[in-house]
Amino acid sequence: MLYAILCYHDEDFVGSWTREQDAVVMQKLSVVQDKLAKQGRLGPVARLLPTTSATTLRKEDPPLVLDGPYAETKEQLLGFYVVDCRNLDEALDFARELGAVNPGGAYEIRPVGVFMPGSIPA
Amino acid sequence: MTDTAWIDAALTSARPQAVGALLRYFRNLDTAEEAFQNACLRALQNWPQHGPPRNPAAWLIMVGRNVAIDEVRRHRRQDPLPGDEAISDLDDAEDALAERLDGSHYRDDILRLLFICCHPDLPATQQIALALRIVSGLTVKQIARAFLVGEAAMEQRITRAKARVADAGMPFETPGAVERAERLSAVAAMIYLIFNEGYSASGDTLEARAPLCEEAIRLARLLLRLFQSEPEIMGLTALLLLQHARSAARFDAEGALVLLDDQDRSLWNQKMIAEGLALIDKAMRHRQSGPYQVQAAIAALHARAAKPEDTDWTQIDLLYGALEIMQPSPVVTLNRAVAVSKVRGAEAALDMIEPLGPRLSNYFHFFGVRGAFLMQLNRNEEARVAFDRAIALANTSAEAAHIRMHLDRLIRDSAPSGSGIPKK
Repeated sequence: MLYAILCYHDEDFVGSWTREQDAVVMQKLSVVQDKLAKQGRLGPVARLLPTTSATTLRKEDPPLVLDGPYAETKEQLLGFYVVDCRNLDEALDFARELGAVNPGGAYEIRPVGVFMPGSIPA
Repeated sequence: MTDTAWIDAALTSARPQAVGALLRYFRNLDTAEEAFQNACLRALQNWPQHGPPRNPAAWLIMVGRNVAIDEVRRHRRQDPLPGDEAISDLDDAEDALAERLDGSHYRDDILRLLFICCHPDLPATQQIALALRIVSGLTVKQIARAFLVGEAAMEQRITRAKARVADAGMPFETPGAVERAERLSAVAAMIYLIFNEGYSASGDTLEARAPLCEEAIRLARLLLRLFQSEPEIMGLTALLLLQHARSAARFDAEGALVLLDDQDRSLWNQKMIAEGLALIDKAMRHRQSGPYQVQAAIAALHARAAKPEDTDWTQIDLLYGALEIMQPSPVVTLNRAVAVSKVRGAEAALDMIEPLGPRLSNYFHFFGVRGAFLMQLNRNEEARVAFDRAIALANTSAEAAHIRMHLDRLIRDSAPSGSGIPKK
């Protein structure tokens, strides 16, 4: 079963990391990811640019273009993973491991209904 | 990350909102800062045990306010302070309260905090020092280091700036649309000053000042999050990101300046470039051009060129032309001339900058650029004179070293022919 792990965190907080702190977190996360990758169970991983670079298209008639992210929340969607896990417990375990090296915020674990690997080379 | 580094990051990110709200509450900068400091001390005691609150800024505002009020009461009646447990349990109820009290205002709180630092009576360096101290929360020691002055001198400078700001009176009324726009533009200018203070560093000052660039970017993003639909704030943020993206390539191993054409473009930070390009794209959609957007668009054209010869100089010439109309300045014209030299040749460029001479007679870059144009035209003797003048006006050793390199090349080139006689 494929799960999407949506990463929410306070953007101000993550933005306050020094470059070194940021690099340490990314390095630790990559160790956790590598374990799944080696088993061929790690799908696309994305870290999104700050919400200040976001634009929202409201599908009204006519569609409305708004600056900023879809929702104003205390914690923002900052990235996501797609992973192949047997069940929710396994997906939660992976999320716990990620959380252990990158504390704070929350992960939303959502089963994937339709998955298309896409055609963009990494 | 260690526990304390984690808390430090949380305190830093909550600072502008918390100090801004406390300032509105106490209407006194020193009291607000002290209240925030006290709240931070409590946070350092409480958060490691209880975990960080869901909304650190709200926690710090509530605790800072309570501690300060208790302080006043204690002085009055010698009442005992409440135990730490009493304030460690700030949960969603407090959160909601702080939200109700401060959420609706926090945008103007942060803007006010930034705005009081750009008081027109304060010289630029004091505006920067004040903002770094109050808004960013850098220590006096860190700021002193960036400005190459002693800690005591910087402390005094900041104290004086604060007194000046307090004397001038602070704008606590909720700003109207026009005032808000004015504040926003003053604050944007100050953020750009902070950035340039870091960007213009070289050699010995490089390490100490480089963090100023990152701090400026952080403040620009903060401002943009508060004012999401302001194209000029998008432009400013894009400009800072696109310039800072080149930082790893701007100096060689010896600390000498590397010009754009000679930079190793593989060292440019692609993530920052992507963010900058995304922001300038967003800004352009609004069709309300402004100086930051135009400068960012110029930086974007450089960023988009994989090789120097891919640079779209025609477009850059046009953009500088637009900037000359918005913000007429001999320095803008000088920059435009560089683009003109690439499009129409050094002769045309030289004609363009000749009238600027009287106004830029003490400007290092004027003579550096003039010398370069003359050199391209093989007017080597005149070039040498211009370069000599540039060296005399150099602000940093890196600038001087760069010009000396041109001079050496001139001497080398003219040596075989045995004279400085122009070849043309």
